[in-house]
Amino acid sequence: MADTKEKILEVRNLKQYFNAGTKNEVRAVDNITFDVYKGETFGLVGESGSGKSTTGRSIIRLYDPTEGEIDFQGTQVHNISNKKDLLTFRRDMQMIFQDPYASLNPKMKVRDIIAEGIDIHGLASSKKERNDRVIELLELVGLNPDHASRYPHEFSGGQRQRIGIARALAVKPKFIVADEPISALDVSIQAQVVNLMMELQASQDLTFLFIAHDLSMVKYISDRIGVMNTGKLLELAPADEVYNRPLHPYTESLLSAVPLPDPEHERSRKRTVYVPRESNGEEEKLREIVPGHFVYCRESDVADLKKKKAAYYANA
Amino acid sequence: MSNILEVKDLKITFDTYAGKVQAIRGVSFDLKKGETLAIVGESGSGKSVTTRSIMQLLSQNANIEEGQILFDGQDLVKTSEKEMQNIRGKKIAMIFQDPMTSLNPTMTIEKQIAEPLRLHQNMNKQQAAERALELLKLVGLPDAEKRMKQYPHQFSGGQRQRVVIAIALACDPDILIADEPTTALDVTIQAQILELMKELQHKVNTSIIFITHDLGVVANVADRVAVMYAGKFVEVGTVDEVFYNPQHPYTWGLLASMPTLETNGSLYAIPGTPPDLLDPPKGDAFAPRNEYRMKIDTEHQPPMFKVSDTHYAATWLLHKDAPAINPPAEIMARQKVYKEKYAALHTEGGAK
Repeated sequence: MADTKEKILEVRNLKQYFNAGTKNEVRAVDNITFDVYKGETFGLVGESGSGKSTTGRSIIRLYDPTEGEIDFQGTQVHNISNKKDLLTFRRDMQMIFQDPYASLNPKMKVRDIIAEGIDIHGLASSKKERNDRVIELLELVGLNPDHASRYPHEFSGGQRQRIGIARALAVKPKFIVADEPISALDVSIQAQVVNLMMELQASQDLTFLFIAHDLSMVKYISDRIGVMNTGKLLELAPADEVYNRPLHPYTESLLSAVPLPDPEHERSRKRTVYVPRESNGEEEKLREIVPGHFVYCRESDVADLKKKKAAYYANA
Repeated sequence: MSNILEVKDLKITFDTYAGKVQAIRGVSFDLKKGETLAIVGESGSGKSVTTRSIMQLLSQNANIEEGQILFDGQDLVKTSEKEMQNIRGKKIAMIFQDPMTSLNPTMTIEKQIAEPLRLHQNMNKQQAAERALELLKLVGLPDAEKRMKQYPHQFSGGQRQRVVIAIALACDPDILIADEPTTALDVTIQAQILELMKELQHKVNTSIIFITHDLGVVANVADRVAVMYAGKFVEVGTVDEVFYNPQHPYTWGLLASMPTLETNGSLYAIPGTPPDLLDPPKGDAFAPRNEYRMKIDTEHQPPMFKVSDTHYAATWLLHKDAPAINPPAEIMARQKVYKEKYAALHTEGGAK
């Protein structure tokens, strides 16, 4: 957990619409606001189509936000207008992508894929230094040094994802948007990578935006978690609170669907189904129910949610 | 329960430019009628190759070096491609991982479900269409009459997987092989698909081989579990035995490396990576990653040691001369649960 609550990233009223203004308008991200503190891992969970990946991509300016503000260490990310500034910004913010098959250039050797950032930012003064750094990164992510001269097609999905992680780490960024970075990895390797990410976070002073649908891993790695559905942030709270004392019915349905490696638990697990409420005209937005725990709700819900929260503690 | 499938000492290699890859190094198991056997393991451990060999869908460079695959007494290894076409899709069907790519984008859903029916069951167009509709209703696709005239791109991932299941079930197969059928799906959709598969299995009494790397899913669906590592089964048992009384250090590692909702502190990670099967280690393939390895592990491959009538594990730790060791704390906690549970079951008259 971040000791000092220094904000590294502020997202204000972010909207990311596709085909904006046409009848095919898709409100992928629909007015979300949150902060990420320096040194923390902020987990963003939700199902496909919830807008979690789009949020990550807007933050790193792979998309031009439709509306809203993104402040990263004083840089107004949404206002960056030239290539040079974008390059400087991305030296500090890197991304690990979701699809290990589509995110590596099949024509490039692993060495050159990993070193691309090193080359662009001129971080190595000699070929040897470049190569040493690549080998160091390969070992860091659990690959062999001799993998450097191979091509992506020679690797399994899991190994490819590790190449992607090595590539992101190559420029020594401060902030990493990790979009489902472990979904494609084997269980034993997931643990290695997650432990590695946590070690790196401590040693390199990294901040993560960790986007995932695997809820148990997200809980494990995250300090705070935001739950997204249909472009909206429905719940935002410390990881323990989201998992043990959730307030939004969508979060509850999501948690009830997660299978755990415990046959007895599985035999008794009851799944709840989320049915969105009809709008009654009352304004819905993210409201703070207790300090640090936000829920997307109506003003008239707040009293009930406070009671619900208190009941968790009373029953414990 | 009788066995519908018996795999005996299967060995499969692949010819590659680098040499022969020993993908399956002696796998034996049986599948009982109506049960779900889950095969878990990392990528490259041979789970998919094992099941593809059952379907005789191995690539050109694969060689079945040894072994038998007995389906209803018939050895599939020796079965001609022509005969296999009568078994594949009819008696043994398969659901693949990626519902986005396992459907033909240029054919309507109706046509794709009707295909095996017309091929294997000599149905006419009308009959096949009726059965297709029935199947779509069976797998819970809403508005089936209208939707069956549509194309795959008009369906979501979960709906497509329902369609794939409908196709697989079209000919009432004896065995359904599900290769990571829910890995590409969201958790809530995954939950629906798993519920659907269990419900359908109950209705049609199909045996299921369920391949996955998600231990949560295994705990949910499996009657029995086989843990695979480097082309071998290292532990086989009932779902309770494998989850609550695991014996193989690799199984320990797998279970301990998955965070439960209670896990705090550092996550247990199995060190290293799986061995290169071009040149598998002489002894136990897991030995280099095994913190409990003994000298014998690097010399000799362990046989399957019997733990109970249904539970076997290939680790020298089960040898009578092996020293007593303490598994990771997470595993000891599980074994404690097992002992309590097992004692309870016995007093109930040995329910299991």
